[in-house]
Amino acid sequence: MIKLENINKYYNPGTVNEMCLFRDFNLTVQEGEFISVVGSNGSGKTSMLNIICGSIPIDSGRIVIGQEDITYMPEHKRQRRIGRVYQNPAMGTCPTMTILENMSLADNKGKSFNLSRGTDKKRRTNYREILQSLNLGLEDKLEVPVGSLSGGQRQALSLMMATMTPIEFLILDEHTAALDPKTAELIMQLTGQVVREKKLTTIMVTHNLRYAVEYGNRLLMMHQGEVIIDKADEEKNAIAIEDILDKFNQISIECGN
Amino acid sequence: MSAIISIILGVLEEGLVYAIMAMGVYITYKILDFPDLSVDGTFPLGSAVTAVLIIAGVNPVLTLFISFLIGACAGMLTGLIHVKLKVRDLLSGIIMMTALYSLNLRIAGKANLPIFSQDTIFKNAFFKTVVPKVLQPYTMLVLLLIIAVIMKLLLDGYLKTKSGYLLRAVGDNEVLVTALAKDKGTVKIIGLAIANAFVALAGSIYAQKSGFFEISTGTGTIVIGLASVIIGTNLFKRKPFIKANGLFKKGITVKATTAVVIGAILYKACVAVAIAAGMEASDLKLITALLFLIILVVSNGRKRRVRAGD
Repeated sequence: MIKLENINKYYNPGTVNEMCLFRDFNLTVQEGEFISVVGSNGSGKTSMLNIICGSIPIDSGRIVIGQEDITYMPEHKRQRRIGRVYQNPAMGTCPTMTILENMSLADNKGKSFNLSRGTDKKRRTNYREILQSLNLGLEDKLEVPVGSLSGGQRQALSLMMATMTPIEFLILDEHTAALDPKTAELIMQLTGQVVREKKLTTIMVTHNLRYAVEYGNRLLMMHQGEVIIDKADEEKNAIAIEDILDKFNQISIECGN
Repeated sequence: MSAIISIILGVLEEGLVYAIMAMGVYITYKILDFPDLSVDGTFPLGSAVTAVLIIAGVNPVLTLFISFLIGACAGMLTGLIHVKLKVRDLLSGIIMMTALYSLNLRIAGKANLPIFSQDTIFKNAFFKTVVPKVLQPYTMLVLLLIIAVIMKLLLDGYLKTKSGYLLRAVGDNEVLVTALAKDKGTVKIIGLAIANAFVALAGSIYAQKSGFFEISTGTGTIVIGLASVIIGTNLFKRKPFIKANGLFKKGITVKATTAVVIGAILYKACVAVAIAAGMEASDLKLITALLFLIILVVSNGRKRRVRAGD
C-alpha cells in the first residue's frame, strides 16, 4: 500500500515563478491495484510519481509504504521495492553494455554488487527464456550492445529488467508514449501480462485514453495537482473514452484554452 | 643504428609508464564520463611519496603498493568533493589538483628530489647479478611490460565483476543505477579511487625509472592521458555490425584497455618524432598540447564522416 498524506509541493519557492503544484494532496493506493492516471500536461502526474519514488523532495507531508514512513528515505533505497519504466526507452537500460550484461545487472538488484563475476553463466538460459517470451528475437542477440536496439526492443527490455527481481510496486511513466502504435500495443500487452503474473501494485501514467480505460482497475484523472476523477472497479468499467474526453474539454474551457 | 634502438626503447618504456596512467584516465573519461583533472596532482603524488619512502629505506616494490593506495585516497577525496559537497566534476578535479601541488611539495620537502643513488625496482643488486650483461638494457622494458600487463588484466577482470558492471552503468545511465537500488555517488567515488590509484602507481614507477621526483612532471598529465585514450579508442573502434542475414560479426576485436596501452605508446612515439625533428625538450608541453589538438580535430573529422556515411 502506498499512502500520500497532505503533500505540499511548490516549484521555485520564493521567486516570482513560484508555483504551487500540490496543496494537501492525498492518495491511497491499495495493495494489488492497477491505477491508470490521465490528465493534461502540468497536471502533476509525473510529479506524483517522482514524489513516490523520491526523485523530487516535498515541502511537507508524509509518504508511507506499507507501515513504513519513507518521506525522508533516499531515492535509491526506495527503489528496492519499486520498479520503474520511463517514457524514454534509453532510461531503463545501459546502451554500451550488452543485453546479457544489462540483464545481469537487473538480476542482481537488491543484492550486493561485489567482486564476483558480473554474469552468472547458469542464469543464461533463464535470461534467454525471459527474452523469448517477448517474441522480439532478442534471445539471439545476448552479446549485442543495447544501444543498437530499436526503441520498442529497448522498452520491452526495460520492462523485463524492471520486473525481474521481486518488487512490490511498478511505476510506469508514459512508458508507451515514445513508441509507434503497433509497438506501444505490444508493450501494453506485455505490461498487462507482467502485472497479472507478478501481482504487482501498479501506477501507470498515460496519455492514451484507450489504454487508461482498457487496463487497470482504477482510473484517476488529475488537474492542477488535484484528482478530479477517481473511479475503481465497476464504476471504472462503466467509464468510456468519451466521458474522459468530455471532462478534458470541460477543463480546457474553464482554463480558457 | 644503436641510437635508433635506444630511442625506440625509450619510447616503449615511457609509453608503458604512461599507459598505466592512461588506463586510469580511461576509467574516468570513458567509463565514468567524468573529466577528472586531479590526475595532474596524483601522478606527482605517486612520485613524491615514492621518492621520500625510498630515501627512508622502504622496499621499492612496497612503494608501488603504497602509492597505489594513496592515489586511491586522493581519488576518493575528489569523488567526495563532487558527490557530497555537490561541486561540479571539472571543478572538483581542479580543486584537488591545486591542493595536491602544495601537498606534493610538502611531502617531498622541495620541488626536486633525486633518488639516483638509491635502489629502485629497476636498479638493484638482484638484477645486476641475475640478468646477463647483454640483456641488462632491456630489464626495464621487460619489467614495465610485466607491470603494465598485470594492471591491464586486473582492470579487465574488475570490469567484468558485478562491481565493475555497476561502474560501467553509472557512466552510461545513472538513472539505471538508482533503479538498481544503488547509490550512484558511491559508485562514482569508487571509480575515481581506482582511476587515481592507477595514476599514482604510474607516478611511482616514473620516479623510480627517471631517478627523481620533479613537481613539474604532473603538469599536463591529463592531456597525455586523454590523448592516449582518444588515439587508442579511435584507432581500434570495436563495432559489432549486423549483416544482411541477421548474423552478427565483430569488427577488429581489441579490448579498450589494450587500445589505451597502444595509444599511450603511439603518443610517446609522436612526441619522440617531434623531438628528433629538431624540437627541444623545453618545447615538450607545447608539443603535447599541439598533438592533443591534432588528435581531437582528426577524431572529430572521423566522427563527422561516419555520420555522413549513415
